Amino acid sequence: MVDVFLPRRRALLLGLGALPLAACRPGSETLTQGEIDGQTLRLVGPWEITGLDPSRAGYLFSRTEISETLVDLDDHGHYVAGLSSEWSVSADRRRWRFRLRPGARFHDGSPVSGTAVRQALEYARVKPGGLGMVPIERIEAGEFTVDLHLRQIFEPLPAVLAHSSTQILAPDCYGASGSVRRIIGSGPYKLSLLEAPQRFAAEVAETWDGPAPAIRRLHYLAVGRGESRALMAESGQADVVYGLDPASWQRLRGNPRLQVQAVHLPRTIYLKLNAGHPLLARREVREAISLAIDRAGIARAVLRDESAAASQLLPPVLPDWHDPALAPLATDLARAGQLLDGLGWARGADGIRRDGQGERLALKLQTFPDRPELPVVAAAIQEQMRQLGIAVEVAIGNSSDIPAGHRNGTLQMALGARNYANIPDPSLTLSQDFAGQDSDWGAMGWSDPDLATGLLSLQGAAGERARVAVRRQVTATLQAELPVIPVAWNRLVAAVQPRLAGFSLDPFERSYRISRMRWQS
Amino acid sequence: MNAQTLISLGRSLLPVLLRRGGQALAVGVLVGMLSFLMMRWLPGDFAYRIAAGRYGYDLVSAEAAEAVRRELALDAPWYVALAGWWQQLLAFDLGNSLVIGTPVVDEIRHQLGHTLMLAGAALGLSLLIGLPLGVAAGLRPGGWADRLGLLVSVGLRAFPPFLLGLLMVIVFAGADLPAAGHGEAANLFLPALTLALGLAAGSSRIVREAIRNVLASEHYAFAQTKGLPLSLAVWRHALRNMALPVVAYLGVQLAFVIEGVVILETLFAWPGIGHAMVHAVFWRDVPMIQGTCLMLALCFVMLNALVDLLCLALDPRHR
Repeated sequence: MVDVFLPRRRALLLGLGALPLAACRPGSETLTQGEIDGQTLRLVGPWEITGLDPSRAGYLFSRTEISETLVDLDDHGHYVAGLSSEWSVSADRRRWRFRLRPGARFHDGSPVSGTAVRQALEYARVKPGGLGMVPIERIEAGEFTVDLHLRQIFEPLPAVLAHSSTQILAPDCYGASGSVRRIIGSGPYKLSLLEAPQRFAAEVAETWDGPAPAIRRLHYLAVGRGESRALMAESGQADVVYGLDPASWQRLRGNPRLQVQAVHLPRTIYLKLNAGHPLLARREVREAISLAIDRAGIARAVLRDESAAASQLLPPVLPDWHDPALAPLATDLARAGQLLDGLGWARGADGIRRDGQGERLALKLQTFPDRPELPVVAAAIQEQMRQLGIAVEVAIGNSSDIPAGHRNGTLQMALGARNYANIPDPSLTLSQDFAGQDSDWGAMGWSDPDLATGLLSLQGAAGERARVAVRRQVTATLQAELPVIPVAWNRLVAAVQPRLAGFSLDPFERSYRISRMRWQS
Repeated sequence: MNAQTLISLGRSLLPVLLRRGGQALAVGVLVGMLSFLMMRWLPGDFAYRIAAGRYGYDLVSAEAAEAVRRELALDAPWYVALAGWWQQLLAFDLGNSLVIGTPVVDEIRHQLGHTLMLAGAALGLSLLIGLPLGVAAGLRPGGWADRLGLLVSVGLRAFPPFLLGLLMVIVFAGADLPAAGHGEAANLFLPALTLALGLAAGSSRIVREAIRNVLASEHYAFAQTKGLPLSLAVWRHALRNMALPVVAYLGVQLAFVIEGVVILETLFAWPGIGHAMVHAVFWRDVPMIQGTCLMLALCFVMLNALVDLLCLALDPRHR
C-alpha cells in the first residue's frame, strides 16, 4: 500500500526542493529563436515596444533597418532615396510620383508594389504621426509607382514620408481596421523574435537587394532605468547602450573599456507658459522668468554638459533655423527683479511677490519623468524662480497631462522636451506649436499673425530666398516674444564596446546605422 | 490504496480545497472590481493616458487622445465597462491590452513563466541561505551565531527591496554579473538573490525558533537519551517537527514575494507580471491591470493552498 500522506522524510525534502525547481520553467517557448551568440549585436535602449503600429513603436523597426520609409535622410539631413529610388513633382506641384526601388521585396518574398505602398500610406493617414497633416486628395498606385495627389501645394512632403509613422509594411501585416499584427518590412534585417514590450531580435534578410551587411544578427532589449543601462554597458552585457543619463555619461567617459559618443539632438527642454493666465500674460513677466533661469548652471550641474545651455529655441544642429547672430538668452536676476518691480509686484514677508491686487505669485509647473532629467531641471527652475519671488509648485505626472491641461485651460506652466525635427522638416512641428490654436506642446494663449503666416508659407511654393527670410523671422520672433522659454538642448549619448567598428549616431534618431557597422577584426 | 484510505484522504483534502477554492473565487471578484474602480478613481483623463502609453511623449496630443476615446468607447458609463469585463471573463477572455493591443492572456502567459521563475529561484535561494543560518542560531540560542543572525535579519528586513536591489547591482556590477535584462541564466541571479535575502531574513528566525522548540521537547530529549548521535537525532526526530512552522511561514512570505517581484522586476528589467503591472498602471491599461492583479491574486491563493497541503502532509495530527 502506498499512502500519499505518509511520505518518507526523503520524499518530503525532495518535494520541498522541487517546489522552486518546478517553478523554474520559463514560460516562453520562443527563447531559442532569440538566442544571443558572440556575433549578435546587442543593443539596449530605454524605448519599449508599446505596439507594432508604425505610429506607436514602429520607429524601433525603422531604426533597426527592418522596415523602410519611402524617403531617407543622409548624414547632413538631405533627402535621399529610401524605398523610393526617385521622385518627381508635377508642374503645379500638386502631384508627387514616387518610383519604387526596382527589386525591392518584403521579407515574405513578395515584391514591394505600388498597391502595397498605397495601403500602408492610407492606414498611416488616419493614425497619429505626420501624414494626417498632409492635404492629400487621393493616392494612386501604379505597378511600381505611387502618386500622391494633393489638394494644395505641400512642399515638406518628403520629410513626412521620411518619418517612421509612414514606414511601408507588407499588406499581410495589417488586420481588420488597419491594426498591425506582425512586422514584415523590406529592409536589410528581418524580425526573428518579438517579445513586446521588452525585446526583439532580427537577422539579415535574404530578400535584401543591397550590399550585404557585416552584422548578421541583432538583439534589442528595452531597459527602463538609466542606471541599469549604464551598468549593462560597464559589465559588457550590451554592445551599444543608447540613452545614458547625465551622471552615467560623466562616469563612463572615464572608462577605458568603453567608447562614449554623444550627438546634439534637435530636441529642446523648454518651459511652456499659459500666456492666457493673468500672471503670465505680460511679455515682461515671461522675460523676467527667462532672465531668472540659470541655463549654464542647469547645463553644468544637472545635464553635466556645458554646451547644453540653450541660447535660443532651436539648436545649432538645425543650421537652417539656428541663428548664431542672435543675442543669446541671458541670466540676470537683478534685471528680472527690476522687470517685476516695474509692474508693482513687490515681495511679501515670505519673499514671494504679490501683484497689484495683493494676489500671491504662485504657479504650478507640470512635468513628467519619461525623460529622467525633466523633474530635476524642474526642481532647479523652481528654486531659481523662488529667488525671483515666484512660488512654484512642481507636479510630476504623465506626459499627457500637458496636452490635456492645454485643452481644458488649466495648465499654468509645463516643462517638456520637444523634438523639432521629429518629422525632419522643423517647419511642420513649429507650425503645429506656434501657428495654430491646437498647439498642445507649443504656445498657449499667445499668437503672432506674421509668424503664423510665415510658417504656413513654408508649406507653399516660396523660393529659397523667401524661405531663408521666413526662418530668420520665426527664430527672431520666438526669441523676442518667448511664447515658450528655452532652457537646454538635449544630447543623445551612447556607450559602445570597442569590439564594434563603424559606429555613429544619427542626430535625427531615424536609424541606428547597423548595416554600416562591423566587428573589429 | 484501499477504500478507507481514499475516504480519509478525501476527508482531509476536501476542506482545504473547498476553502481555497472559495477564496479564489472571492479574491477574483474583489480584485477585478477593486482594480477597475481604483483606476476609475485616479485623477487624469483615461484617453490621454492611454494615448501617452501608445504614442509616447513626442506624439501624444489631444487628437490622438480623442481618437483613442472613440476607438475604445471610453465615454461609456463605468458600470457598462465593468459589466463588459465580467461578461468577457465568464467566457474566459481577459480582453486586449489597450496600449499594446495584444490579448492580455497571451501577455500574461509569457510573463507568468518569468515571474514564477524569479519567485521560485528566490524561494529556493532563501531556503539555502535561511535554513543553515537558522539551524546554526537555533542550536545555540543566545550564542554569537544567533545574535549576529538577529542583527543581520533585522537589517535586511528593514531594507526596502528596491534599495537592496540597487545596492546589489552596485556591489555586483564589478563582478561582471548582468545588471539587468533577461534571456541568459545569469540574469536571474541578482533579482533572485535580492528577493531571497529579504525572505531568508524572516525564515532564518522562524527556523531558529522551531529548532529551539524542538530541541527543548521531550521526544528529542528521549532520542538523545537512547543514545542517537546528534546528526541522526536531528534528522529523525527534529527535522519534521521543525519543518512545519517553516512551511507554514512560507505562506506568509508569499505576500513579501509578490511585493518584491513587482518592485524588482522593474528595477532589473525582468519581463514578469510585476513589470507589466507597473507599466499598465502608468498607462491606465485597465484590462492589463485587471488581468495581472487577478493572476497574482490567484497565484497567491493557489500557493497558499499548496502550503496547506504540505502542512497536512507533514503533520499527521490534522488528518
